[in-house]
Amino acid sequence: MKQEITVALAGNPNSGKTSLFNALTGLNHKVSNFPGTTVEKKIGYCKLNTETRAQIIDLPGTYSLYPKSADELVTYDILRNKAETNFPDLVLFIADASNLKRNLLLLTQVADLGVPVILALNMVDLAERKGVFYELDILAKELGIPVVSINARNKEGILKIKNLLLDESKHKKVTYFNINQVDQNLLNEIGEITDKKNPYAALQYAINAGVYLNNQAKQINAAFEKYHFNPKQFQELEILQRYKVIDDAVRLSRRQKTNHVIKNITQKADAILTHRIWGLVIFLSLLFFVFQAIFSWSAYPMDWVEMGFAWLNATIEDSLPDGVLNDLLVHGVVAGLSGVIIFLPQIIILFAFITVLEDVGYMARVGFIMDRIMRPFGMNGKSIVPLIGGMACAVPSIMASRSIENKKERLITILVTPLMSCSARLPVYTLLIGMLVPETAKWGPFNVHGVVLMAMYLLGFIAALASAAVFKLFVKSEGTAYFMMELPSYKLPVWYNLLITLYEKGSAFVVGAGKIIVAVSVILWAFASFGPRGNMRAIDEKYATLAMSADATMSSEELAAQKSAERLQASYAGEFGKWIEPAIKPLGFDWKMGIALLTSLAAREVFVGTMSTIYSVGGIAEGEDLNSIKHKMLAEKNEKGEPLYSVATILSLMVFYAFAMQCMSTLSIVKSETQSWKWPIVQFVYMTALAYVSSLIVFNIFS
Amino acid sequence: MKLSELKFNQIAIVIAVQGQELSLKLFEMGLLPGEEVELENIAPFGDPIAIRVGEYKMCLRLSDADCIDIKVK
Repeated sequence: MKQEITVALAGNPNSGKTSLFNALTGLNHKVSNFPGTTVEKKIGYCKLNTETRAQIIDLPGTYSLYPKSADELVTYDILRNKAETNFPDLVLFIADASNLKRNLLLLTQVADLGVPVILALNMVDLAERKGVFYELDILAKELGIPVVSINARNKEGILKIKNLLLDESKHKKVTYFNINQVDQNLLNEIGEITDKKNPYAALQYAINAGVYLNNQAKQINAAFEKYHFNPKQFQELEILQRYKVIDDAVRLSRRQKTNHVIKNITQKADAILTHRIWGLVIFLSLLFFVFQAIFSWSAYPMDWVEMGFAWLNATIEDSLPDGVLNDLLVHGVVAGLSGVIIFLPQIIILFAFITVLEDVGYMARVGFIMDRIMRPFGMNGKSIVPLIGGMACAVPSIMASRSIENKKERLITILVTPLMSCSARLPVYTLLIGMLVPETAKWGPFNVHGVVLMAMYLLGFIAALASAAVFKLFVKSEGTAYFMMELPSYKLPVWYNLLITLYEKGSAFVVGAGKIIVAVSVILWAFASFGPRGNMRAIDEKYATLAMSADATMSSEELAAQKSAERLQASYAGEFGKWIEPAIKPLGFDWKMGIALLTSLAAREVFVGTMSTIYSVGGIAEGEDLNSIKHKMLAEKNEKGEPLYSVATILSLMVFYAFAMQCMSTLSIVKSETQSWKWPIVQFVYMTALAYVSSLIVFNIFS
Repeated sequence: MKLSELKFNQIAIVIAVQGQELSLKLFEMGLLPGEEVELENIAPFGDPIAIRVGEYKMCLRLSDADCIDIKVK
């Protein structure tokens, strides 16, 4: 036996594929995308014995080999193409024993591609609770392939699988569908066009390519027409014939204990969880709880992250000599990194909830109860997860939109998710609301602060729905939008799976968003630190003389703070602020706010830090309260001597931050998820335009 | 009778699915002629519906359920 065998793991959604993959490979795996697609590709390694290990490729969970998008088509190419580097030696197929018939459809298709298959029968316990048993040897004989029963959640039966993977004598190629009922001449021609030897693989690929791939579609469709071959009719026939074979195998091996179907836990739970009133009440309460958790549970870890970075900053500042390198590391790289890592606790908590709710089976119910509400806006029930997640952070939420099959609905969801008020807007809102109303103000029993904050979240949600309704009219639709979904039985969560998912999502966020944020932070740092030569030198000289002249009305810290404020104003960022001022003046903003708008591009919460630098307050991050900067901003007068931060200006700023696309990380994730520059550009333009117009209206109403 | 007209506590058999694209999708998900179906839940706004198909539970929109012919057992 050779040293490494390649195994493809296939199966339906909800069959326990992820649990089996984790049980086999643990953390020893890598997540990437199938080349040129947005479909996740996971490859892991599993030691079979002292000499052999298995490379395990996790194929996307589907119900059949007829994919719903071009992306999926490419993923199953692994099984069709012998020249493919990842071409598997065999397929490990996992099936849900409590629903065997439907699960076996994909198995028969995969086997017909000409790859040996072994069957792992999962959730046998669940089937037994329904009174259903399978005689494994009969099932194996009928299907002509080895069958083992496993429990992927408890890692039972893993050893049996490993032994089967090693035992080459048991790896058998079988066929279930008689391809000879198709015209042999057509098969030959299709084989030549698609360059595939196995006739079923060639035909199956051609049928899909005829729909999804432009380059070969013409040739393929011409061949179909020549031989009067109707691909849809063929697929229907194929599926029905396969079910006949499956029916026989299942009937012969299946033993039923009781005849009546007992209403199980799932049915009882669904009576409440999808109830007309209780279903919505429970969902909204859960949502509220998740929010509270995201904000309250993350407070301590976020403090630790902050303290960690403050320590790192201090260490670098002390150990490196003063100068550009020191400044770049402290204010560019480390500042950028901390801007990313600070959100890690919130993202981990959000994903922990999403993963557990998904694992338990509740997420499918959320889609079920919300579908009707989302439909008029060009989205479907599954869009609710990214939208809710968007209130923590749009980046992982846009990643979570992958579960939406329909391209149009998925694209709309991606486009509007960043309008949901994310946690980076929170510090901005906190500062601005604080300037508007005193923290102690009450409205009846409610804290006014909280009410205004909630209104901002609501505003984001309404804007997201409204924009979606507009995009619905413009985005081209591909195929009919269906909402068909399995509602899996409720199960206890598997904590091991949760830990692995959190590790995956966390590292994807840090690496993916981190790269961009650090790069942008460095660029912004350069803009804010350098300026036209003469100006900067003049300031340096001025403060050098001031420091020399012992007429010390100010402490050296105050001097340094004032100096950095003046330097920022003279820098390229300051120049930018003044350059953009005519454009933002109608919104009630001055050039200093223009600087903040620019620096906010790294992350929205940078607004607070920039304001503190401009008004030379110094390190907010080091625990100084927001009050001093608030007072300084409120004391600021415009050229007419009126307060610069009037109610109109503050409201205008808040609305601007609610709508404007000021997040490089989001744009970069949209680029990678949609595989094009078009959509991030569209998103940037529409959100910024929406922000501008809304701020203009708000400013004019209130001034 | 259409699947969209099925009431609680009625068990029915699928006769046919109208529309080629829809029938392919449904067949893949195990909803095919001869299969047993039962209404299990209705979403809060009356649509979509959750049904038992053979041994498992799935949901679909009423507009799609309208294209499925059934016969009550």
